[in-house]
Amino acid sequence: MRARRTDGIVRPSGPGAIALRVLLFTLLGLFCLYYLFPLFVMVSTSLKSLAEIREGSFLALPRAISFEAWAKAWGSACVGVRCDGLQPYFVNSVMMAVPAVLLSTLLGALNGYALTKWRFRGADIIFALMLFGAFIPFQVVLLPMARTLGELGLAGTVPGLILVHTVYGLAFTTLFFRNFFIGVSDGIVNAAKVDGAGFFGIFFRIVLPMSLPAIVVTVIWQFTQIWNDFLFGVSFTVGDSNPVTVALNNVVNTSTGVKEYNVDMAAAIIAGLPTLLVYVVAGAYFVRGLSAGAIKG
Amino acid sequence: MLTAMARAIERRLPLIVVSPLFAVSLFFVYGFIAWTIWISFTKSGVMPVYDFHGLAQYERLWATPRWYVALKNLFVFSGLFIAISMALGIFLAILLDQRIRIEGAIRTIYLYPMALSFIVTGTVWKWILNPGLGIEKVMRDWGFSDFTFDWLVNPDFAIYTIVIAGVWQSSGYAMALFLAGLRSVDDEVIKAAAIDGAGPWRVYTGIVLPALRPVFLSVVIILAHLAIKSFDLVVALTGGGPGFATDMPATFMYAFAFQRSELGVAAASAVMMLATVCAIIVPYLYSELRGARR
Repeated sequence: MRARRTDGIVRPSGPGAIALRVLLFTLLGLFCLYYLFPLFVMVSTSLKSLAEIREGSFLALPRAISFEAWAKAWGSACVGVRCDGLQPYFVNSVMMAVPAVLLSTLLGALNGYALTKWRFRGADIIFALMLFGAFIPFQVVLLPMARTLGELGLAGTVPGLILVHTVYGLAFTTLFFRNFFIGVSDGIVNAAKVDGAGFFGIFFRIVLPMSLPAIVVTVIWQFTQIWNDFLFGVSFTVGDSNPVTVALNNVVNTSTGVKEYNVDMAAAIIAGLPTLLVYVVAGAYFVRGLSAGAIKG
Repeated sequence: MLTAMARAIERRLPLIVVSPLFAVSLFFVYGFIAWTIWISFTKSGVMPVYDFHGLAQYERLWATPRWYVALKNLFVFSGLFIAISMALGIFLAILLDQRIRIEGAIRTIYLYPMALSFIVTGTVWKWILNPGLGIEKVMRDWGFSDFTFDWLVNPDFAIYTIVIAGVWQSSGYAMALFLAGLRSVDDEVIKAAAIDGAGPWRVYTGIVLPALRPVFLSVVIILAHLAIKSFDLVVALTGGGPGFATDMPATFMYAFAFQRSELGVAAASAVMMLATVCAIIVPYLYSELRGARR
């Protein structure tokens, strides 16, 4: 983001200004603590033993660091009746997210390209209709989707979830790419058309390579959305095919046995780690996705 | 002859390629919405039936006390969630707009909750707000032996715990949107005002904030949209409980569809949710699309 250049004009100097500056940084720092506090609690609790959790304060640092809870959350915590930890569900989430992200991104690029560079009659209407699809409360498609997956023999399977995420991700990916391609000059595409290049030729050889930034933003956005999804996961999968968010919720809300808070927290970190890593590595693109998701048209 | 045909196909190829794609994705949205609306006008219980049965399911829905709890919670939650997230968002955005050198790092910290699943957020706040071991215990250990903070298990206050967690997760998002808006205000106008002797307070209240009106609108709509759809956070934090004290339309619909197998009522509640979202989103999208074309 562009920094504002008002040096020496808006900003007065002197002791009052310094006091304001100190106040400003104190406030900013306090809010950093506010946002980081749950993360700190999560990590520190996950490294404690159950005995220490019961005796001590949840704000304290662990006295002895133990990775037992992590091992248990990953490999042997009970999700329902099955006690293999989050690992199989984490794998489910990967198997679901990777194809769904790639498919919805590729198809979204194709849609956006067709809508902007090969404008046909009704393109605006179709775009408006698809755009609205990004905002519907998914509750309104849950029942027919459950039946459709049943008819297709995909009920309760990971491929079923891939289908659902691809279909309902298309609205957003189309939007991202349409907005990107609208800013790309038609000149190159038209020149290629004159040279006899076809629809797919132009798409794969010219348009796709130059839309790398849009691809990155879309992939990050889609990955975050699909990995973090809970509604579709809990509605359309059962037991063994659950994604990791559903499994995490099952671990935390199991009512049987001793409540193992350290395992809960380790499980929460494991489930949140992939998207958190993506955010840390590619935060700028993530933010761009967020604002693209906000300001349409 | 053959080349002419090949040309004709080539010319129509874009339409041939993308029309099935559009048809399928529009069907999955609008076809399914139509299906749900139709089911809401039938007698469907455990299994869907397709005979028209009038408004009976809507009458049943609006005679269900639990639906009123869900609606009241939605109002309380969205009101507080939107108001607090916006206030916090604009406040932080203005703080960050003061030429902070480490702005990037701070922004990263404010925004990271947005990358987390609501299930993760719910899990950690459930632990923090746990009456036995969380904040309540810490305060008692510090000597406030009468301190009680049992909102999570108190039917009258549980809904506010969802506000707390929701604001923590989404206020950074509001901040990012406001900050982007602040940066797009014309520097020249601000400089001119400063030269005319307007102090920072006057500059913000008189020039910058009024210029942000469209951003305010976007943020309200995005947050309202998040609030209406909120499902995961409720499930993870309170499970809709105690009892169904923190039920929302989204959890209500899920419970009636998949746990109580009352498809008709579930469909009717989903249609009510859709209508609410439409009332907010359609005018917004309409104005945005029109604005883009101008």
